[in-house]
Amino acid sequence: MTASLLSLRNLVVSFKTPNGTVQAVRGVDIDVAPGEMVGVVGESGSGKSVTFLGILGLLPHTARISGSATVEGVELVGASNKVMRGVRGKKIAMIFQDPLSSLNPVYRVGDQVAEMIRAHQEVSRSEASARAVELLDIVGIPQPKVRARQYPHEFSGGMRQRVMIAMAIANDPEVLIADEPTTALDVTVQAQILEVIQRIQRDMKKAIVMITHDLGVIARVADRVQVMYAGRVVERANVNDLFATPTHPYTVGLLHSLPRAGQDRLEPIPGRPPNMLQPPAGCAFRARCPHAAAVCATSLPELQPYAHSMTACVRIKEIDVAAMSGVTA
Amino acid sequence: MTDANSTPNARDASLVVDTELGVDDVEALNVATLTPLQMAWRRYWRHKAAAVSTVIMAFLLIVVLFAPLTARYGINEQVLKIEEGNNIFLSPRKLAWFGTDDIGHDMYSRLIWGIRTSLFIGVVSAILSVVIGTAAGALAGLYGGWFDDLMMRVTDIFLAFPFFVAVVVARAALGNIKWITDIVGEISSIKFIIFLFALFGWMGVARLVRGQVLALKEREFIEAARAVGAGNPRIIVTHLLPNSIGPILVALTLSVIGAIVAESTLAFFGLGPQPGADSTSLGKLVELSREGAKQGNWWLVVFPCGALVLLAICINFIGDGLRDAVDAKLDSVK
Amino acid sequence: MLRFIVRRLLWLPLTILLVTFIVYCAVRTGWHPEQTYKRANPRASQAKVAEYLKVNGLYKGFTGFVRGYFEWFWRFIQGPDHWPRSIKGRSLVYPPLRYAIFNTLRLAGISSLLGWGLGLSIGTIAARKPGSWFDSIANTGAFFLGAIPPFVSGVALQLIFAVELGWFPVAGIYPPGHQGFDLGLMAKHLVLPVTVVTIQVVSAYSRYMRASLLEVRSSDFVRTARAKGLSERAVLFRHGVRNALIPIVTVLAIDIGGLLGGLIITEAIFNYPGMGVYFIKAITNGDIPQLMPYLVITIISVLIFNLIADVSYAYLDPRIRLD
Ligand SMILES: Nc1ncnc2c1ncn2[C@@H]1O[C@H](COP(=O)(O)OP(=O)(O)OP(=O)(O)O)[C@@H](O)[C@H]1O
Ligand SMILES: [Mg+2]
Repeated sequence: MTASLLSLRNLVVSFKTPNGTVQAVRGVDIDVAPGEMVGVVGESGSGKSVTFLGILGLLPHTARISGSATVEGVELVGASNKVMRGVRGKKIAMIFQDPLSSLNPVYRVGDQVAEMIRAHQEVSRSEASARAVELLDIVGIPQPKVRARQYPHEFSGGMRQRVMIAMAIANDPEVLIADEPTTALDVTVQAQILEVIQRIQRDMKKAIVMITHDLGVIARVADRVQVMYAGRVVERANVNDLFATPTHPYTVGLLHSLPRAGQDRLEPIPGRPPNMLQPPAGCAFRARCPHAAAVCATSLPELQPYAHSMTACVRIKEIDVAAMSGVTA
Repeated sequence: MTDANSTPNARDASLVVDTELGVDDVEALNVATLTPLQMAWRRYWRHKAAAVSTVIMAFLLIVVLFAPLTARYGINEQVLKIEEGNNIFLSPRKLAWFGTDDIGHDMYSRLIWGIRTSLFIGVVSAILSVVIGTAAGALAGLYGGWFDDLMMRVTDIFLAFPFFVAVVVARAALGNIKWITDIVGEISSIKFIIFLFALFGWMGVARLVRGQVLALKEREFIEAARAVGAGNPRIIVTHLLPNSIGPILVALTLSVIGAIVAESTLAFFGLGPQPGADSTSLGKLVELSREGAKQGNWWLVVFPCGALVLLAICINFIGDGLRDAVDAKLDSVK
Repeated sequence: MLRFIVRRLLWLPLTILLVTFIVYCAVRTGWHPEQTYKRANPRASQAKVAEYLKVNGLYKGFTGFVRGYFEWFWRFIQGPDHWPRSIKGRSLVYPPLRYAIFNTLRLAGISSLLGWGLGLSIGTIAARKPGSWFDSIANTGAFFLGAIPPFVSGVALQLIFAVELGWFPVAGIYPPGHQGFDLGLMAKHLVLPVTVVTIQVVSAYSRYMRASLLEVRSSDFVRTARAKGLSERAVLFRHGVRNALIPIVTVLAIDIGGLLGGLIITEAIFNYPGMGVYFIKAITNGDIPQLMPYLVITIISVLIFNLIADVSYAYLDPRIRLD
């Protein structure tokens, strides 16, 4: 692996709420190398979005963030507004889940793309507009000239997401963070959007962080995978290793809950994620883990190498990994 | 969505977890286990000003409801017999805490009786407006078509008059129509003023409820398309109440104070109800305070106006607290 | 959208006709023409009374109302010279009405512009940092001030600053007997009434703006705007304020429509010779010839600005389609 482009170290994010402090992210290390597609997967509420919104300072003011996040050596945690503005959209661009609400309903689509260009490049209004039309063309919007003059509500879901992608690549950023870019879309459209993203990664050699619920998406596009649970990374592996030999019981549970041929019932993981107002001591997964033991409650498990992967299970050596694996996507 | 209480959507099916099994050890502390009503209750009391206002209003209500006990003097009782010494325009003192008026009535007692009447006017006309508004809005939304159009045109016509102008003109006109005064009472009666306020106070609620019904209909339609059958009015009506009770409650609260202030304003112009010999209202007291001001009897101005402002502030804050209580978004604190 | 406007504009005369007819009937029922005329002119002969009734078309019964309405309407649209003359002294109705309109527009204009400017700015600053000290003070202040009925604040200001301290005149627009135009003098008379109205406007609009902007700022597209690397200023104004103003402009248009008829309380307290005082005088005298144009102008202003409100909403929010 080459030197990392984006690197998170011991990232912690919490929210002050009227009910107490929500510990949404509790010490996350993630590295992203140039040109690779990193998948981040986990249940709803596991802290995937908060992690990446946090490093860009896009969380509401109730959020507290600590640790370190660097892009090309520039520290983002605690960075000044000026530094942050230079990073957002220029070095790191984001694509959000719901493309309708993520576009401003009162401006024309072309203008919104052009605004992104003019935020970082010294170009005239008309140049930016022309470039916006080109970008819309690149992401596969037919009749880009006409469409650029329309408003978001005149677009279909898939087309809106293409606009978001066009916007994201407008300033040729190093890293693209796609936060569940296909979740809000129809199944048929999902595949098209994934294709666009893959094409961009291939052609423009971008590093992409693909945040998703969907292991299917991971299997399809990711190179490496980070599995998150209750605000921590519990397993990190190459995509093939993850599916062939999952090491953390949570990952195993996730794979079991996938629909597979020859199985008529899904096996969801029993229980539900812990309340992040008071995350349990020790391993957060132990209440739902079939292999839990007393030792799991003692300390927060760190990632440690096991086989080809990194896993945050203290009992990894005791439990029968062979019996757990054998799940193929 | 980063909504703390959001349930996973259908697409999360692969990761949906079963809530029945394996309850986490800290689960008992989870806020999500409260019922929506309990959550609303919590949000309400979290609004400090609303909480304080509620306490003040509760206290006031008790005082006013038990007026025969809490008022020191009867409604027309003089603080002392005129033969025993001067009893008019006394400044505040032990005998009369808030002073006395031009016929030796105790202002403190009059104020309690007055607030009693005004609260009655406010609450009854607010309830009437809300009932009329809900009925009009629900019917318009439910039946749609030409009926909806008609109702909305009627609403527009009612909204074409500034409130004060409408009330003054309608008061004069309806007060001259015999069969109306036969039903709702003489032009200067309290019943009549309540009728007027209800007549010009329902439009906001009607629009609100109509909007809610239309939104519900839309949802019904979508669900009906998925499941079987079409959306039916009964479902909407049974859904309507729980869904709109919040905003309606807020509107109700605010129209209580709206009516109280309107009564005082009318009285200030000499157009208010005449509660009669053995009653008074805040408006009546405010009307008299004009004279008080001219003669420099400050207590005749300060106490009634002060009471009115206190009521206005408290009820407004309570409305604001209710708005918070109704707004579930506040718990996720975006 | 053009179709919508045209259709509404076609509807407008019909609505106006209907509403003015209702108003005509209400006024005729509310103020008995013969009695009010005799009260205003106690020594009038029976012939005079009959002439007044005839000239004004004040016929009895429902058909009489209808006929009278159309006669009145016909004279009304022919212009001020043809309007029926006032009950007392048969004076022209239009000159005092115009005087009142301009006075009200002056009071309303100044206090609305001040109020909107202040209110929207305060709301915007408050919503930038919800929970900050500025927000708390502004929001609570707006709440308290907004809860005070205008006749209470009006009387209070009048007692303190005019009667006790004597800084400003108690009432009117010029001292009694003053002739001609004097800006300084007028400004002095305007301070207190303008303050009363401005307080109301500021407290309402700062709260609207704060609520609306807070709502917008928590929306996804504002997050997108920040993710683009725009300056906080650009995010706030281009994506926050711009969108937050959509519902507010609607309220604003409706409020403007109500202004002509809506400052009655303040004007009455300060005996400011505007539409409110005109209205109060007209209803006290039962002066039907004076009352009708006032009501019709007020209503037309409300109806037109309601239409403007709808159109501006559609203009500002491309998602709204009117047809
Ligand atoms: N503004 C906030 N205030 C309080 N808590 C928050 C806030 N935003 C997020 N959280 C909490 O942080 C935790 C992580 O949320 P996050 O949105 O990162 O989850 P996620 O993994 O992206 O889930 P999803 O798949 O639903 O998007 C959740 O428990 C959530 O409730
Ligand atoms: Mg998320």
